Amino acid sequence: MNRQLDLALDGIRKRLLEMGTAVEQSVEDATQALLVRSVDGFERVRETETKINRLQVEIDQECVELIAQYTPVARDLRLVIAAIKMTMDLERMGDQAMNITHCVKDYLKETPIDLSLRLSAMALTCRRMIADSLDSFLRRDESLARKVLLRDDEVDSERDAIVKELLEIMRKDSSKVSSGLALILIARNLERLGDHATNIAEDVIYASSGEDVRHVGAKPSETE
Amino acid sequence: MNSKNLLVTKGLKAFVADFEILHGIDLAVGEREVVALIGPSGCGKSTFLRCLNRLHEETEGAHVEGSVVLEGIELYDRKSDPVALRRRIGMVFQKPNPFPSMSVFDNVAAGIVLQGVKNKSVLQEAVERSLRQAALWDEVKDYLDRPGTSLSGGQQQRLCIARALTVKPPVLLMDEPTSALDPISTAKIEELVAHLKEQMTIVVVTHNMQQASRISDRTAFFLYGNVVEYGATREVFTTPKNRKTEEYITGRFG
Repeated sequence: MNRQLDLALDGIRKRLLEMGTAVEQSVEDATQALLVRSVDGFERVRETETKINRLQVEIDQECVELIAQYTPVARDLRLVIAAIKMTMDLERMGDQAMNITHCVKDYLKETPIDLSLRLSAMALTCRRMIADSLDSFLRRDESLARKVLLRDDEVDSERDAIVKELLEIMRKDSSKVSSGLALILIARNLERLGDHATNIAEDVIYASSGEDVRHVGAKPSETE
Repeated sequence: MNSKNLLVTKGLKAFVADFEILHGIDLAVGEREVVALIGPSGCGKSTFLRCLNRLHEETEGAHVEGSVVLEGIELYDRKSDPVALRRRIGMVFQKPNPFPSMSVFDNVAAGIVLQGVKNKSVLQEAVERSLRQAALWDEVKDYLDRPGTSLSGGQQQRLCIARALTVKPPVLLMDEPTSALDPISTAKIEELVAHLKEQMTIVVVTHNMQQASRISDRTAFFLYGNVVEYGATREVFTTPKNRKTEEYITGRFG
């Protein structure tokens, strides 16, 4: 039954994953630059961002057409609504990867600060959140999505700790103000990436169970 | 939605000869509430509707068991008169069925004429009130003496609604009232339902899922003569509780 609608929904799912993979690649390129102190990946981040923007427009258009053609209900409707919201988050994540790239560029021109390693660790946590949120979407794994939500606080406090430490360093050594500022901005963008991954996880929970966990905190998964 | 129950069925079973069509339906419909009955063809929703005004028993070999209570009164009580009861429960069918030999006016007046009302001004007033309620007055006020069948399909259906309204029933049953109508006529009937529910309870059978989600407060999903799920329409169409309901409304089954 309803092969056409299923095909259309599968198409949207695949395109979202394509967009998600592009975002993952972009964030990896942007944050690896900090670790390897190289700007080699920057051009790719820019190209990927263009691709991400294009995918957002195309997926949203597909969703609009699907609604017009099939007027989906229940889980089909929830999936389409979640998809439209996910493209918005993924597109912002592409922008954040670009922001990080600019900050890394600035940073690499200045006096290095030890903290760049700690920031790379934070980047790794964020990338795992992004990967898990996309994975939970792919596998329709609600309990994995709920785990992503729990890690958002972790990233928030890590950002606070890093900013605090950087301020200390900048106060003590004014030659590190420019590089410190660049790292603060990177930490801020990473934290925002975590927020968007959290939004995606919330959309996955909504699409799969209909539960709206935004602003209320998710109940622990029944499977845990 | 009003919380007071107006129409309540308990263990309602419908048969034709030995065949049991409905297997004991418990359903409560509130005052000034619109309830949509959905489900695949042959699931018993129309039969259920026809049990609510004792129309089912008019079928040869058919009988009903269980209880239907309207405003505290048992409809299947031996002493209750089906004809009197049908004045309290109006019905509109899939295909508009105005009385073919009657004018627009006479069609609408028919219900109260049968009750013995003869006073011309009373009739005129009732006809105008019903036609206005059915959102048809402006279109037919200058053609009241034309045959009811001369109207368009959508107008005929509103004429049938007006005819049902003349006797001021607290309940209106609608069996796929728009399935034979174009989208504009359909929209008019849906708008009408939204207005009518301020004064009466409406139970509507529909195969149009979007229509059910637009016009009803609660939705009952019928399957093989049982009610599988009955709940707030908003929830049934966004987060149905039963897997069968989900499969049916998303078009994967039925």
